[in-house]
Amino acid sequence: MNVIIVGCGRVGARVASILSHNGHDVTVIDTNPAAFRRLAKEYRGDTIIGTGIDEDVLRSAGIAQADAFVAVTNGDNRNIMASQVARNIFDVPEVVCRIYDPVREDTYRRLGLSTVCPTTTMSAIILDHVIGGGDSMNPRTEES
Amino acid sequence: MYIIVVGGGKVGYYLTKTLLNEGHEVLLIERDPDKVAVYAERFGSVILHGDGAEAATLAVAGAARADVIIAVTGEDEDNLVVCQMAKQKFHTKRTIARVNNPKNEQLFRLLGVDVTVSQTNHILHLIEQAIPERPFIHLLSLRHADLAIIEATISEKSPVANQAIEDIELPVACVIAAIARGPEMIVPNGETVIAPGDEIIAVTHRDQEDELRRLLVVE
Repeated sequence: MNVIIVGCGRVGARVASILSHNGHDVTVIDTNPAAFRRLAKEYRGDTIIGTGIDEDVLRSAGIAQADAFVAVTNGDNRNIMASQVARNIFDVPEVVCRIYDPVREDTYRRLGLSTVCPTTTMSAIILDHVIGGGDSMNPRTEES
Repeated sequence: MYIIVVGGGKVGYYLTKTLLNEGHEVLLIERDPDKVAVYAERFGSVILHGDGAEAATLAVAGAARADVIIAVTGEDEDNLVVCQMAKQKFHTKRTIARVNNPKNEQLFRLLGVDVTVSQTNHILHLIEQAIPERPFIHLLSLRHADLAIIEATISEKSPVANQAIEDIELPVACVIAAIARGPEMIVPNGETVIAPGDEIIAVTHRDQEDELRRLLVVE
């Protein structure tokens, strides 16, 4: 599979390293070249310095041929915009977008993005440890 | 009209000021508490401290009853999400986004933003207005960045007439942003050949304005 990952933080670097180890073609994009140090030594994919919300940067990363796109920078809005570019402009079949803010995550999931929300996921796990029985509550609060 | 402005940079500040003077009900949302304190002193209670992309902030701001929300931060991704959240969660009637990268205009409209405003459009607008016949015109100074936008009309005798842009040795801090050729507006690349009669719009560091003038026009 051809996979593009935007954001080479801990999550991005780990996902990229594992996919590369499993023989997939991976390209990681980050604005900060120092971030690529997080990649595993055996990482054999590409790295591109640039912003994942720029169509030209994505094109040079080979997004036209990508099977999957993962947006895991530390900015919710940047991930949201990058994911929408990948899905709406380049028709990437699988687009995964990390959004920390649960309300924003809910909104964009309804709009059809495949979203991951570390806040609700982590909260559920922690609550499960503290009070047991993961289904004992719905962690989503209505903030609006 | 009730107008929410998101982003208290220069654009947001003057926009708020102008809209207030015109008698509109305005609320400015800004993330930086220092700016909020300064603006609150100047404008009174029309400033809200918060992140305009957050639903909770938009709810406090009353996005549901707003006639228009205008996102003018310096980051395109923030402006996009502010408009989308306002539309999706609060059904705000009209969303306007400032676009810093002109390439994003089309994308924003595709993604549901009602109106986009970019510098490129602004430049086009300036050209459309009657400009006195001078070969080299200083259109605008960008005080903050010490940059200037200039327009130059290329004559037959211009040193750059009939040359491709990639063959022209431009001063380092200059970029040719657009070329007006008759009714057409060209966004040039290296291969674009400059023709006599072209009107060139360039962004330049102000220190290099004279050097650029000597390169483009015969005085």
